[in-house]
Amino acid sequence: MLLITCPYCGPRPELEFSHGGEAHIARPEKPSELSIEDWTQYLYLRANPKGLHAERWRHLHGCARFFNALRDTTTDQFVATYKAGEPRPTGGAA
Amino acid sequence: MDKTLAPNAARGALDGFTAAPALGLAAACPMTRFVLRGRAEALAAAEAELGFLLPRQACRAASLDGRHALWLGPDEWLILAPLADGPALGEALEAAMGAHPHSLVEISQRQTAIVISGPRATGLLNVGCPLDLDLAAFPVGMCTRTVFAKAEIGLWRRAPDSFHIEVWRSFSPYVWRFLEAAGAEYA
Repeated sequence: MLLITCPYCGPRPELEFSHGGEAHIARPEKPSELSIEDWTQYLYLRANPKGLHAERWRHLHGCARFFNALRDTTTDQFVATYKAGEPRPTGGAA
Repeated sequence: MDKTLAPNAARGALDGFTAAPALGLAAACPMTRFVLRGRAEALAAAEAELGFLLPRQACRAASLDGRHALWLGPDEWLILAPLADGPALGEALEAAMGAHPHSLVEISQRQTAIVISGPRATGLLNVGCPLDLDLAAFPVGMCTRTVFAKAEIGLWRRAPDSFHIEVWRSFSPYVWRFLEAAGAEYA
């Protein structure tokens, strides 16, 4: 079974986790001033890269905290996990 | 709700459940339970009231005089206390934490507990739980939320061969029967 390293609890089986979509997407400060294209970009359009991808995960059946992970979408390997709010580790394409 | 109905007079979710002695399954006695969340000031006040420090190390439990605090998350603890402490403990904690922002929720009726002990305990648990339960990886005093088959449980190792399983009461017959089925060959 795939082990995912929770920044709080350490390596744990993947069954305890749930995926939360792409990470580091900040909600616009003033949505009402956004063009429809920019709002669409924020709401719906995601990078969907082949390779390293920063994404949100939640240790649902554990400490229940959200955190971010850098995962290779071609190999499913977790390169790094880090707490929410911390910058994306260097390395890999955006 | 009828206020005269004492919590321990309510029907237990595992009333009447018995298992073969070889499996070492038992329903834990009813307890008072709280989930506490808060920041440093509220936690310090709660610790003063409880008389012991809440564990800050991930996945560890602390105990004093029949009261236990189990780490659930970086700012979240499960507090277990004897049933007799009841609402008085909650009121005392509320009073102690006072104005400090916090969340204290009584969940005595939400959860129940199963105790599994004996040489087969880890083997039976690992039929439904993917955690490494070797003593080196999951030492005595470690506790965590995890999954058991299709239910979420809180698992707390109280002795090398004894575990306390916190489970939502509606899931408790399922967990019990699953453990029974897992141990069918030993029963």
